This record gives sequence, structure tokens and C-alpha cells, in this order.
Amino acid sequence: MPNMDPKKCPMPSQDPNIRNKNFKEVALGYTAEMAVNEAKRCLQCKKPACRTGCPVQIDIPAFIAEVAKGDFEAAYQVIAKSSALPAVCGRVCPQENQCEGKCVRGIKGEPVGIGRLERFVADWHRENVHTPAAKPEPNGHKVAVIGAGPSGLTVAGDLAKLGYKVTVYEALHVAGGVLMYGIPEFRLPKDIVQHEVEGLKELGVDIECNMVIGKVLTVDELMNDYGFEAIYIASGAGLPRFMGIPGESLKGVYSANEYLTRVNLMKAYQPGSRTPIMKSRAVAVVGGGNVAMDAARCAKRLGAEQVYIVYRRGMAELPARKEEVEHAEEEGIIFKTLTNPVEVLGDENGCVKGMTCVEMELGEPDASGRRRPIVKEGSEFELDVDTMIMALGTSPNPLIRSTTPGLDTDKHGCIITDGPDGLTSRPFVYAGGDAVTGAATVILAMGAGKEAAKAIDEAIKAKEQA
Amino acid sequence: MFKIVKKRELNPTVTEMVIEAPLIAKKAKAGQFIIIRAKEDSERIPLTIAHYDAAAGTVAIIFQIVGAGTMQLNSLKEGEYVHDFVGPLGKATEIEGLKNVCVVGGGVGCAIALPVAQALKAQGTKVTGIIGFRNKDLVILEDEFRACCDELIIMSDDGSYGQKGVVTMPLEEKIKAGANFDEVITIGPLIMMKFVVKTTKPYNVKTVVSMNPIMVDGTGMCGGCRLTVGGKTKFACVDGPDFDGFEVDFDEAMHRGTMYRDFETHAREAECNLLKKEVE
Repeated sequence: MPNMDPKKCPMPSQDPNIRNKNFKEVALGYTAEMAVNEAKRCLQCKKPACRTGCPVQIDIPAFIAEVAKGDFEAAYQVIAKSSALPAVCGRVCPQENQCEGKCVRGIKGEPVGIGRLERFVADWHRENVHTPAAKPEPNGHKVAVIGAGPSGLTVAGDLAKLGYKVTVYEALHVAGGVLMYGIPEFRLPKDIVQHEVEGLKELGVDIECNMVIGKVLTVDELMNDYGFEAIYIASGAGLPRFMGIPGESLKGVYSANEYLTRVNLMKAYQPGSRTPIMKSRAVAVVGGGNVAMDAARCAKRLGAEQVYIVYRRGMAELPARKEEVEHAEEEGIIFKTLTNPVEVLGDENGCVKGMTCVEMELGEPDASGRRRPIVKEGSEFELDVDTMIMALGTSPNPLIRSTTPGLDTDKHGCIITDGPDGLTSRPFVYAGGDAVTGAATVILAMGAGKEAAKAIDEAIKAKEQA
Repeated sequence: MFKIVKKRELNPTVTEMVIEAPLIAKKAKAGQFIIIRAKEDSERIPLTIAHYDAAAGTVAIIFQIVGAGTMQLNSLKEGEYVHDFVGPLGKATEIEGLKNVCVVGGGVGCAIALPVAQALKAQGTKVTGIIGFRNKDLVILEDEFRACCDELIIMSDDGSYGQKGVVTMPLEEKIKAGANFDEVITIGPLIMMKFVVKTTKPYNVKTVVSMNPIMVDGTGMCGGCRLTVGGKTKFACVDGPDFDGFEVDFDEAMHRGTMYRDFETHAREAECNLLKKEVE
């Protein structure tokens, strides 16, 4: 008998007033009993809509059926066929727009907690199963992946399982991309990311860090001198935008990328860290996406008394996930919506001492379909802050496109691909993730990786038969 | 991990390390830099490539021991390994077509000026070198500069070596005397580069400066190294580190350089105490 409770089994989490002072994970995860109970809410649909909502098409009813039986390892094996990073995706996917958004139980109540169950299964496997994955039989072909973020790691995992010799080139000193430098520890513990990276190494994937492709080696050298038959470019969208307002170079103005890199990758939140971060009293984070929420919640945990989200549209228009906004509010982040900074103010030492903002109102929808914010006349006011974090979005880094002749990009610097398989204007060069779409989500980057891995495999096999 | 194949003390506070990094050595050009992490828990710090040898597969760095990061780096011995070494980063210094150049270096900046002077010499440019130090004990790379400069002027603040005074003095004299430099390339402390630009601007001699802001990743993803150049925001790690000196906002760059001063003072003291304990 299915469990007909209209609500999801709640997941235990740290109290907001305790968690906003530490970097430990907020959500604590299901116990085995909770997981079995939640799994029983799944109706095992014949045509599971949830599966079509998953960018990597995990066989969701099948893994949930195993959880309901209490066979967690069998559940893990079902997921592992489709996803290389389940502990990550179970935590950071926007399930409400994906698998859970399509769940039939969501029509009259809450959908099945698919993300929470995926997370539980991955965590259970990590904690209880220690046999390394079997190395697949080599097929003699070599593929290079540029960038060890979620898209690149997915391609590497999928191709390795098919017997390819895969080398991943990463510019930073650790693999993981945004999973390491962007998403904070309290949403995604870094040892979990590294465990999933280790899993790829067990499949025979080589990961070479400290390799800035475009500088130390080019795409053409990888193909001509190193014998890679295909390349997957997953270099992401890491170039931060600034507003171009006066005072943006004052001490205390950060891009969210810099702030989060210092905090997450360089662990500046830990006492004794060798990488410094400003000790702030009042922080304004400009922007309304997930990155803005992450930066604000980090600033709060670093001890800032006031942390503001400053966003030019309204609460309803915030692009961040609803859950992230709720978590931020619970932790005491103050939302100043319909507000836009026009100048950063500095003191005699060149430090931020405040910012001038204007109030906004929403006008007619613009080309993107969102209502255009318009400045209210005479609404200028000053906000008392000593730190400002710009979370206005990012665009692709020009390093690869400027060093790869014949690689077509659009006016935003995104690599142009021919359809969903990720083929670029260069034969045997594929691309996916944020490098193609501009800043998007982890799971979309993984989905692009899945498609590209399939296309690369087909292209290499076709060449072999020709 | 990258092996330290040679370590040499150039003066009591400046060390040269030759690192085994064949891929970087093959691609490096004068004016580019690397990011280094001495140990697993170290900060990422940028250092300019002082020398590269593609045949030997090595890259040399020269650094002044100024704080915790460089102290930690300096604690490593020949034969040991640095944890991370990334590069070559940034754009190379543009030297093509230059016929007559004055290279102005200050302090440890001379280590960065040297490969530029050598590259100029190698393409047949007439090179005038002006290098300045606080005193005699801090003079580095004199022989190397003599080998690649048509004329070399050494300055010291206190007159204990070469001529007494600052680098801008002979620079202005030379320009006034009709030296006809196509370009002045200057590398050293911000305050020195600011005054070099002040010296050359009235005579409208093109002046290129090598900027040294705070960096984290060094690949263009954070903007920590941003500068205002010609009224526009530029990232020194990808757009530079070389810029047109007439366009750079030096006062802003100097302010930004002091952002973590308190933290750095504290970290340096902590590192000193740690080293003292190790000695005991």
C-alpha cells in the first residue's frame, strides 16, 4: 500500500539561528526509516512523468522502488547508470522545476521528495559501500575534457564507462568547478564533491589540475600533438560582470565569484586560513539569483550584523530558487527589493562606507518578458554598508575562444553548438554547460554533458567504421 | 607537485627558485606570470616569470620575502616541491618593432624587468637599463642586466652603490638630452611606476607599466585584480599585467593594494613565530 500522506516527509535541518553562524550543512538528510517512508509515497506510474523532467533521465520509479524495499545499494546502482554525481544533484538541483515538478502526487499535495531520496541513496552508498567501481575495458580511444565542473565531469564519467581514456584539464588546483568554488559548504559539503571526483578516477579518468587550456596548451595541440580524437569544452561562464557605477573599485567591493572563491575554495571562513577575507559589519549583495543568496548567507556566517539583498525588481521576480530565498530569510537576510545602487561611497582610506540607491517601480514587460524596472524620481537614499558584493551574473571566459581558430561564438561569447549534441563549428570539438548557454544550472550542464558523451561516442565509432 | 631544482639567495630578502615545469617553460614569454601555492594550505599568489628555459623545462621565479605567503614559500628547500604552479598567465609584453627602449626596474621588480630587457636585446633593440634599489645590499641581477643592456645605470636611495637618488632622475636627464626612446617599460613598486609616468608624460614618451594588484585565480574569473585604465575596468590577470602608464589610475591601485594589510601583518607575525619554533 502506498503512503498517501499529502505532504513530503520533512527533512531535518539545523535551526536557522544556529546555522547562520556556522558553515556546516543546513539540511541534515533523511534517516533510513524516513527514506523508506517517503519512497512509499511513489505510485510507481506506468508512464513516469518525473523521468521526463530529469535532464539526465534517471529511472526514478525503479530506484524509488528499491528504496521502498530497503535495498539502498540496488537503488544506488539504478541511479549510477544515469548520473555520475547523485550526492551533488540530490542537493543542488531545482527539483521543483524538474523531476518533482512533474510528479503526479504534486497535483493534489506535495510531490514525492525525489531529490531527498536521491541524496539519501548516494550518501548511504558513500558511507556503507567501499568497493571501488570496476574499471571498464579500454576501447583504445582518447578524449580530452576542458574544465572539471559538473558538465565536464559528466562527460568524463559517461565516456570512461564506455571504455574511453579520458583526461580532464582543470585550471584551478582542485576539480569540481562551481561545486568547489561557488556553491558553499553549507549547501554542498566539499568532501562529498571530492568523493564523487574520486569515483571518476576509479573509472580510470585522469584529472590534471593547474592546466589553463588556451595558455599552457591549446585545443589544436591537444588534438594534433596529444592524440585526442575529440574534445569537450566545458569551461563554464566564470567572467564576472560589474555595474560600471562610480566607486566600484573601492576596497570592500567584491564580485560574488571572488567572495565565494575566497570563502569556499580557499576556505577563508576557517580560522587560520591563509587566504584573507574582509571582516564586514554590513553587507549589500547586489542581485537576486542563487549566487546572490549564497554570497549573502556566507557573509552572514562570517559575522556581518546586517546583510542585504539589493535587487531592482520585486520579491516575485527573484530568479533564485524559492527554497534558497526562504532559507536566506530564515537566517536573517534583509531583502531590499525594487532598489538599485547608483554609486558606491568611499571614505578617505578608499574603503566602502555606504552606497547610494534609488527606488524602482515595475513598468511594462521588456524583451525578456520580465517587467522593466523604472527609477522613481527623487527616491535617492543612502544605505549604510561597508562591503558590497556584485552578483550580477557571469559570462564565458574568452581564453578558449580566442585561442581556438574556427570556433564560432555568439555576441555574448558563448560557444555556438549545432543542436543538443554539442558539436561546435569544429569537427570533433564539442561543448556544453555554461560555456554554451551562459550561466545556468548544475543539472543542465550535466544534461548537456550526457548528450555530448553520446554524440562523441557515435562520432568516434562512425569514424572507425569509415 | 612541481620540483624546486635550484634555490639561490640573491640578497637577504630576495630568493630565486628554479621550478621544473616543462609545459609552462615551452609557452612562457617575457612579461607573463604564474600563480603559485607553496603548500596544500597556502594562499594562491602571483609571481612574474623571471626566466624560462624550454630546453631544460624550467621556469624561474624571484620573490621578495614580504609576508606569510612568501615566507612559507621560502621555507621550501632545493629538491622539495611546490604544491601548485599554474601558467603562463597574462599577456606577454609587446616588444615587436621597438628600436630604442628604456627599461626601468625598481627593487625586486628588476627580476621582472630582466626577461623583458633580455627579450628586447635578443631582437636587436637598443636597451638602456635604469635599475634602482634602497641600498647596496639589495642590489640583484647586476651581471645579468649588464649582459643585455647597451647602457646600465644603477641607482641607490642612499648612494651606497651606483648613483645616489631615484630612477626618475637619470630617466629625465636622458630624455632631456634627446635619448629618443620609442618606449619606456617600467616595473617596480606602484609609487615608483607612478613617478616614472609623471616623468615621461610631459615629454609624451610612451610608457608601459607592469601592474601588480591582488589576485586570487589569475584566470579572469573573479575580478579581484581589477584596475581602472582609461576610465574602464580592466582585469590585470587577463587584460594585462602591462598597461599604458598614462591611462592607469595609480592612486586607486595603491589603495586597493592595502585591502588586507591588517590580516597580512597578523599572518606575517604568526608565520615568523612558527618559523622561530621550528628553529628551536
